[in-house]
Amino acid sequence: MVNPNIEGKKYPATAPYLVGREKIREFAHAVMSTNPVNLDLAAAQSAGYEDLVAPPTFAVVIQERSLTTVLSDPEADIDFSRVVHGDQRFVHVRPIVAGDELTSTLKVASVKSLGGHSMVTFETEIFDVNGELVSTAFSTLVVRGDE
Amino acid sequence: MTHINISALEVGQEIGSREFLLTRDSLVRYAGASGDFNPIHYRDDFAQSVGLAGVLAHGMLTMGVAVQLAANWVGDSGKVIDYGVRFTKPVFVDAKDGAVVVVSGKVGEIDTENGIVRIDLSVVYNETTVLGKAQAKVRL
Repeated sequence: MVNPNIEGKKYPATAPYLVGREKIREFAHAVMSTNPVNLDLAAAQSAGYEDLVAPPTFAVVIQERSLTTVLSDPEADIDFSRVVHGDQRFVHVRPIVAGDELTSTLKVASVKSLGGHSMVTFETEIFDVNGELVSTAFSTLVVRGDE
Repeated sequence: MTHINISALEVGQEIGSREFLLTRDSLVRYAGASGDFNPIHYRDDFAQSVGLAGVLAHGMLTMGVAVQLAANWVGDSGKVIDYGVRFTKPVFVDAKDGAVVVVSGKVGEIDTENGIVRIDLSVVYNETTVLGKAQAKVRL
């Protein structure tokens, strides 16, 4: 069972992640994007962006780096092999673009028990190099109890 | 600026639909692109050892694919400002035939003052809804 005392716990900022242009293209192809601003530099620039725009769910890559720190935290006691993704949401202040250098901080928003399972909701804030908030990612993981 | 005139939109209006074929190749590609290398997404033996019927798609792949409908409707994926889903059912991806996911969308809410439209997505695999409450807010 997940340690309920981690509710409210905050995890320190991750090391900066430099968003590469080809990484955006790779991710865009993987989610079957045909959106020109994800793939075509000229299209992105003529739409007013400095560089290629990451697809809306790309922020998961940054969120994952914060989640890794929680999943390896002995205090949290989360058995990754029992984890199922319950829900996910991204709120973007602005889209992530190539060249962004991003860090994230994570807060355990809630820990709930439900019929032997634990539901843990994480709130991950993603910041650019100027310390401006770019996106907030909300993720709920369901950790199945012992059967 | 987009080609869409917000005052001409109506709640309930359909924005179209699209079928996506997810194959094992798609899962490997997404694993590499996202860094999610959980073997339940590419190894049948592993998936079965943890009680699953077989390899399933990353929920985040299904989520990432589904929003393409809204992104292409608005024309610029950077205008998707808020997107959330619940993962309600797994998408099992057959080794040979893959899995067809059908995504359709309609206008769920119109905020004319702020120029924001909520698109409600229906995401169906094998006649079952696999993403619940899939909603994308786009800024026009």
